[in-house]
Amino acid sequence: MSSSARYSEAAPGAAEPPLGAAELERRLEELVGAVLSSRRTAAGISQALSASSRELQDFVLQWAAVTAKSSPELAFQFCGLAPRAVGELGYAGAERWLLAAIDLYDREGLHRAAAELKDLAAFVERAREGAWGVEFGAVAGVLETFVAGLAGRRLKLAPAELAWTDGATVYLPRRVALFASRAQNFRVYKASAALLWAQTRFGSFALAPADYPDAPRELELLALLEALRLAARLEHDLPGLYRDLEALSQPAPGAEFGPARERLRAPGATVADSLAALRELPASARAPDWPFLGALDPARALAARDERIARDKQALRAALERWREERGDEGLPPLDGASLASGAAAAPGEVKRLVESLLQDLGELPEDCLAPARESAEQAAAEPPETEDDAHALRYDEWDHRRGHYRKDWCLLRERDVNPGDPAFVAAALERYRPQIRQLKRSFEALRGEDRRLRGEPCGEDVDLDALVRARAELAAGGELDERLFVRRARHARDMVALFVVDMSGSTKGWINDCERHALVLLCEALEALGDRYAIYGFSGLTRKRCEVYRVKRFDEPYGAAVRERIAGIQALDYTRMGAAIRHLSRILAREPARTRLLLTLSDGKPDDFSDGYRGEYGIEDTRRALIEARRAGIHPFCITIDREASDYLPHMYGAASYTVVADVARLPTRLAELYRRLTA
Amino acid sequence: MGEEGEFRLEREPYYRPLHGEVELFEAAWRNRVPVLLKGPTGCGKTRFVEYMAWRLGRPLVTVSCHDDLTAADLAGRYLVSAGETVWVDGPMTRAVRLGAILYLDEIVEARKDTTVVIHPLADDRRALLLEKRGEVLHAPPEFMLAISYNPGYQSVLKELKQSTRQRFVAIDFDYPAPEAEAAIVARESGTDAATAQALVRLAQLTRNLKGNGLDEGASTRLLVHAGKLIAQGVAPRAACEGAIALALSDEREMLAALDELVSSVF
Repeated sequence: MSSSARYSEAAPGAAEPPLGAAELERRLEELVGAVLSSRRTAAGISQALSASSRELQDFVLQWAAVTAKSSPELAFQFCGLAPRAVGELGYAGAERWLLAAIDLYDREGLHRAAAELKDLAAFVERAREGAWGVEFGAVAGVLETFVAGLAGRRLKLAPAELAWTDGATVYLPRRVALFASRAQNFRVYKASAALLWAQTRFGSFALAPADYPDAPRELELLALLEALRLAARLEHDLPGLYRDLEALSQPAPGAEFGPARERLRAPGATVADSLAALRELPASARAPDWPFLGALDPARALAARDERIARDKQALRAALERWREERGDEGLPPLDGASLASGAAAAPGEVKRLVESLLQDLGELPEDCLAPARESAEQAAAEPPETEDDAHALRYDEWDHRRGHYRKDWCLLRERDVNPGDPAFVAAALERYRPQIRQLKRSFEALRGEDRRLRGEPCGEDVDLDALVRARAELAAGGELDERLFVRRARHARDMVALFVVDMSGSTKGWINDCERHALVLLCEALEALGDRYAIYGFSGLTRKRCEVYRVKRFDEPYGAAVRERIAGIQALDYTRMGAAIRHLSRILAREPARTRLLLTLSDGKPDDFSDGYRGEYGIEDTRRALIEARRAGIHPFCITIDREASDYLPHMYGAASYTVVADVARLPTRLAELYRRLTA
Repeated sequence: MGEEGEFRLEREPYYRPLHGEVELFEAAWRNRVPVLLKGPTGCGKTRFVEYMAWRLGRPLVTVSCHDDLTAADLAGRYLVSAGETVWVDGPMTRAVRLGAILYLDEIVEARKDTTVVIHPLADDRRALLLEKRGEVLHAPPEFMLAISYNPGYQSVLKELKQSTRQRFVAIDFDYPAPEAEAAIVARESGTDAATAQALVRLAQLTRNLKGNGLDEGASTRLLVHAGKLIAQGVAPRAACEGAIALALSDEREMLAALDELVSSVF
């Protein structure tokens, strides 16, 4: 959302007179009224702002509105500081300054965010240094992909004070500015990420907690020894990475590390060798301060590992059970740890992933995870009694993977209308994305199917009799024979309907919701150019008795003012009970006459509900089941997810070929329409 | 027959059998059952068919399907020449007459109605109906139909209909095991064994990214391209960027990550 262009675009507006103090105060009260009182008013800020240009005023009001969605208090403080920030940093810089604070607010709350906002001087300082410093946010995308490529288990990336890993998440410093070049600082990030990946991949946490030292000095030395061991381990397969690590391993460790180094270069060296080497180091040994080294925290890593192992084991048992069911007992090779571990058994991807993860943690497959899963105890939550209203709700089955059959009429679902929102939202989106919309429309128009029979073609499926008769006549009259005598049918018509399902769960609050709505506006504009029939529904819910599906646009409704207002009115509500919504909407879609029916869901992560144990595996399995049902009904489901965290379960839930992850929410608006085009081209 | 000559393979194409697919294909050919080759792009499906045609001593007619491919393009059509309409066989008709192996590459790219014309050829009728000529052509015993299909495409229009796919014996292709793939890359590109191994390692890293920003990882074919460039003296990193990274993605962030992977391997 970099938008310095926006304010210069608004330049004609600069001719508009600045707003007066009274008008400013009125607008500010609308935005941040919640944190104002008789003693704390917006009068001072309004007075100060009234002397500014209209452009600055617009900037402040616009960003105050954005910020107020997260925290009116932060927005209020922003208004007071904004003129000075813009003065020192410019519009783009001030935008970054504010976004950093909002980011902190999401992560650590108002107190830290407000402090960040007030410490403008420090931000200015950092902005100067920022010419070469590298921020976590700027490299996270690239590094996450990089680490996913190195592979093994999927690792998440997250910012922290120090570089370390618990075996599931790789924590990297928020910022690296050790060198006076961006490229060098990026190298440090890359080396850290690679080293931490190698720690999880090559068993730095493979021993019992008691085997690890806990004195800080010893842990520091162990981190260094592990770095030596892991670098040597990478030398053969990833020589380029090895060179990067070597180049950053300055200053070189002292002579007292010589024997350890030798020992850890041996091909089969493990963390036990590092620990042995640690004991042999003289008391005077000091670890050199390598920039990428980070910290080793075996205690936390091992705790996380135990949790993960328990989770993986349980999931593996369940997955093996499903596999047995799918193939029938006789078709299954005898299940033993060895054949699964060696990959000899042609296991489904889900099983392979879990086996790989367990092997990485344990070195072998424990027998107890091969035993069939037991029925886990049913949680008997007291259900509220059925109300009168419930009798009118639609009822849908839900898949219970533990029992392996459906719970009959389990979910009560109602259709509701979205309350109309502010039409200005759509107008603003249209304005903001005007160039993109123009481009989308053009590319969608090109897709428009036409079913025309072209006559007088040089080749084609059939002879064009009219042309042939005419040509024969001309020939008889002594003319030349025209060769364009065929009928050709041009591209068949697009016979396609699409239903878009938008996640309205609480987790989409704020940015994601804004981006979803923008995405829908762009999509509608593009689809109007294309002419495909489409509908838009939202869903949310709270427990199985309150599954709700919200009509935004029905198939038989034109894209007009009412639909636009409903798009603007889409809000973040409760939870994500996806299965019931998919079942209901599949039914609506299946009624539409068309050759290809497309069900696109747009959500921000795992299916989840407040109770009934829908969270986690149950919800994933139910959603997966609902999608399989849709597929059986001749519908093509495709899922777009904005979940950048764990995409582990996505291939299983959605089916490998029918989902995509949009990592950058800000890009969703343009991506959604593009995806639709690609899917149906 | 002179026409047959142009479809004959003169030299043995290089192909390294992986897991019994050669025997399966031969058995299918002897029993006159058509074959469906499934697998990601660039893993050796086309090369396999070429090899099998050579091995079985049959001419090979290959059609790369595209979305404007009509039934008439395959079967044949009347053309006007010197005031007469003359029937000209399409590749499919020609293959049937020759008793060749007919290979329809990426069949899902063709229009849906086109895939239906192969139906009578693909079941036990083994016949081709030339509607316009009112002729029914019966395939000789040596004739075989093979089609290929990449199940990884993310397009709802590019799925193979059940009525089509259930006529075929399917052979599943995947990228070869690392050692085998390295041997193939070395042999095809003329690069040394160490470089070939590094290329295969890089390919595996990119294949880990399938579904995480990439639609497909680097195929064996891309590795061969990169290997050829390297064998010609292009620096490995530049060769990989041109032949692999840029071929896989247009997104800047993904390209940056791929570049880091390349520089890790070389």
